[in-house]
Amino acid sequence: MALNSPQPDDLSRKRRFEWLMLAAIFFFTLLGIRLWSLQIIYGDQYQTLSQKNRTRYIPIAAPRGPIYDREGLLLVDNRPSFTVSILRQEVTDKQQLLTRLATYLNSDWQQLEADWNKRRYYPQYRPIPLKHDVARTTIENLSENSIDLPGMLIEVQPMRAYPYREAAAHIFGHIGAITERELTQQRYSDYHAGDYIGKSGIEKHLEPYLRGIAGEKLVEVDVKGKKLRQHQVRPPLPGKSIFLTLDRSLQLQTEQAFGDQSGAAVVLDVNNGDILAMVSRPAFDPALFASGISNDQWQALVNNPDHPLQAKAISGQYPPASTYKMVTALAALHEGVISPNDLIDCEGRTTVGNRSFRCWKKTGHGPTNLKKALRESCDVWFYEVSLKLGIERMSTMARNLGLGRTYDLPLDSEQSGLIPDKTWKRNRYNAPWYKGETVIAAIGQGYVLATPLQLAVMTSTIANGGTLYQPHLIKRIEEFDGKILKQYGPHILHDSELDLEDLSYVKRGMEEVVNHPRGTGKSTAIDGVIIAAKTGTAQVVRLKDDPVDGEEVDIEEIAYRHRDHALFVAYAPAKKPEIAVAIIVEHGQHGGSAAGPIAKQIFKHYFTTKADTSTGGPDV
Amino acid sequence: MFDRRLLGSFDWVLFGLVLLAATIGIANLYSSTSSWNFSGIPIYTKQGYWLGMGSTIALILTIFSYRHLEHLASATYLACVALLASVLIFGKTSMGATRWIDLGVFNLQPSEVMKVVIIITLAAYFSQHESNEGYRLKELIAPGLLLAIPVILTMKQPDLGTAMLLLFIGMTMALFAGIRRYALTILTLLASCAMTGGWFLLHGYQKDRIRTFLDPERDPLGTGYHIIQSKIAVGSGGLWGKGFMQGTQSQLSFLPERHTDFAFSVFAEEWGLFGCILLLGLYLAIVLRGIHIARKADSSFGMYLAIGVTAMIFWHIIVNLGMVIGLLPVVGVPLPLFSYGGTSMVTTMIGCGLLLNISMRRFMF
Repeated sequence: MALNSPQPDDLSRKRRFEWLMLAAIFFFTLLGIRLWSLQIIYGDQYQTLSQKNRTRYIPIAAPRGPIYDREGLLLVDNRPSFTVSILRQEVTDKQQLLTRLATYLNSDWQQLEADWNKRRYYPQYRPIPLKHDVARTTIENLSENSIDLPGMLIEVQPMRAYPYREAAAHIFGHIGAITERELTQQRYSDYHAGDYIGKSGIEKHLEPYLRGIAGEKLVEVDVKGKKLRQHQVRPPLPGKSIFLTLDRSLQLQTEQAFGDQSGAAVVLDVNNGDILAMVSRPAFDPALFASGISNDQWQALVNNPDHPLQAKAISGQYPPASTYKMVTALAALHEGVISPNDLIDCEGRTTVGNRSFRCWKKTGHGPTNLKKALRESCDVWFYEVSLKLGIERMSTMARNLGLGRTYDLPLDSEQSGLIPDKTWKRNRYNAPWYKGETVIAAIGQGYVLATPLQLAVMTSTIANGGTLYQPHLIKRIEEFDGKILKQYGPHILHDSELDLEDLSYVKRGMEEVVNHPRGTGKSTAIDGVIIAAKTGTAQVVRLKDDPVDGEEVDIEEIAYRHRDHALFVAYAPAKKPEIAVAIIVEHGQHGGSAAGPIAKQIFKHYFTTKADTSTGGPDV
Repeated sequence: MFDRRLLGSFDWVLFGLVLLAATIGIANLYSSTSSWNFSGIPIYTKQGYWLGMGSTIALILTIFSYRHLEHLASATYLACVALLASVLIFGKTSMGATRWIDLGVFNLQPSEVMKVVIIITLAAYFSQHESNEGYRLKELIAPGLLLAIPVILTMKQPDLGTAMLLLFIGMTMALFAGIRRYALTILTLLASCAMTGGWFLLHGYQKDRIRTFLDPERDPLGTGYHIIQSKIAVGSGGLWGKGFMQGTQSQLSFLPERHTDFAFSVFAEEWGLFGCILLLGLYLAIVLRGIHIARKADSSFGMYLAIGVTAMIFWHIIVNLGMVIGLLPVVGVPLPLFSYGGTSMVTTMIGCGLLLNISMRRFMF
């Protein structure tokens, strides 16, 4: 026997065990006596109390947090809405009630009955909602006739409201009723069926902030669940207020500038990465989702060939076309393969092996230096330079300027675009890289893809002298009482370490695009501010591999879907840049003529508003 | 390490009793939550998962001899105290109290772990410092400090319920180890003074709960609501109860927290005094089995360990039931095997695993 084992005949220990058991039995007996007293002696009394028991807690939905622009102007809010519900205990004739309601609500009584049955397992005292967001006139009509509708209940609930409808819809995203599958997920563990949650965009990604804390009301009911009276115990706490970096009026102006055209635009503050406007067209009205979208409406959105649900500004990947030429130019200067004033003779085409690559200007640009190449978008200059440069060095510069990566915006499906190199092609196609591919990459065609956001970041990085800022959308988050919870300042991702002299040549070229008689974007010029820009025209499909010289293609004859995309990137003022824009107009043909006017409106709006506030406001 | 003969001495009585109580608990959860949570995994299914996980842990714990724990006592104690302290610094605040550390996958509640750790620590201490005539006051300083540190840290969170339980467990073990009569008298006096003084250190809501406990009607819609509704539920059950899933109090959601701390009220309402006595008998059997295991333990450490674990289960039962039927203030202590919650289930099953372990090895020499 082990030395430390207790001796069984230890008397005091035996007594202690006995005490222990007695104590346990004593406490349990005490509980038993108490139960006897509650359930038997006072049982009748408590049974009466339970019959009369009339109070219970019911949650009150909390309004979601509002979304504001950078100046605190309202973008997304809540409005009161009316829900027609059924209080089952008061219903005398279900069939009659449903038929009558169907007439007032202009819907099918079978549908109403189906909705009723779907929620029949709700606790008795809880009203069953039949129709959400009923029009005020209908509600007035219903209340006037409520005497004929026993059991009908009209409830007021906060409903998500998007006063600017389609504007910035892809940023806000939409909300919807939580699904069964979402309810099983960890992040929604404290949600209940029937709750609304953010399904996309800011609404989804900032859900924990936007969601309020439900309140509670104390309702007096009888044992059959009939509601008698109610009083609020704990008011609901609204969600947090989100302040975006967007400028509301600039956003609206940009949306409007697109008209019926589809495409996207991004406006950045070049000195801190604030996204001042971000537009994807066509868009959708998020309010459709807030009140429950109908199947027809949904199908219309999904089947629209212009993809209104896609946030093109961050997930549309387009060939950057000539807007990519700054990348090629900066890489060439950086690597020293050419000097800014070296002349290349453009005869309208460059031949690599047995293939011929044409300049857009068939007659050629003649002797061309860097500035002229950018200004007049001479393709041959870039073809020739790219052959000396090679794809690797070009792509390194592209990444250095912010292309080919994502920026972790709190939005869905942000795409990284594509900056090709030899390794990529080997992995993707198991094929070597060809010189011809370098040549078309130099003018932003071929494999190269970029999103409008990336193009705006690139332009901004060039404009501010080489600092790559993290583009951001959230300025700060406040408690509903105004206490600041989180604040986001500028964040530098890296310094592109561009040579300022190299940069000045490229910038001068971009200035001449707008401010030179032969510039491709000269129609964009506005009074008082010098704009620097680059136009681009991205091929959607190759019309013909190598069209015969002199063959004219009539724009009207090309099917709309096959027309080129128009691109435009710009910053202003040229000497002391403040904002950068990137615009794509899908199937808009030429950058200068289709996307340029939109940029013009953006700059005009930005600089006139700024002038107004600086003259109107107090001098600082 | 693992001897096949151990299987023959597996304590089926204890394991069976525990599984029976947990099964009744799940049936009760099915009833109490049937009127809500319309989709997602139902509470009772989740509790079933927790029971499965807890049982697995309990069985795994029987593989290694409990005696290894004695050597781990000081290290686990220090680690757990450090965790408790870090909760106060980095912890996650929920409902006004800071009790959790967010580990990403789940939230760890160190005060819960401390319940088991303090049992191991004190068992190691008392078994290594045995005293035949009972401890003097001076000899109680060391174990007193071992107990006081986690109790104070837990009270700081503030988690009065768990602090109280830690104190009860420790005091039960000390009383069992033996305290001289004069020391006991002095301690009792000190405790009554401390209780009077402690009142002024309590948080507002804690004072409220105690005041309301003494007179629930002073705030029938606020803090007194729980007690009143619970007493009505229990009392209206009568002798035979209202029947499974027929409790008006619980089915019509008058009862708050009816799946967690107040799960027993639902049971009492639906099964009446008859069911309650059977359930109390079941719990008493588990406690007496625990004491029996302690008595038959093959080492002094095992005996103290079994006493500690049994005390933990016992005090949870007494404090929870006392609270539900209005004998004690509402302190938020779950009923082991009965209230919904993974933490409580796992802690209880760890305790059960230790008891099984000690029980299995009593024949091994």
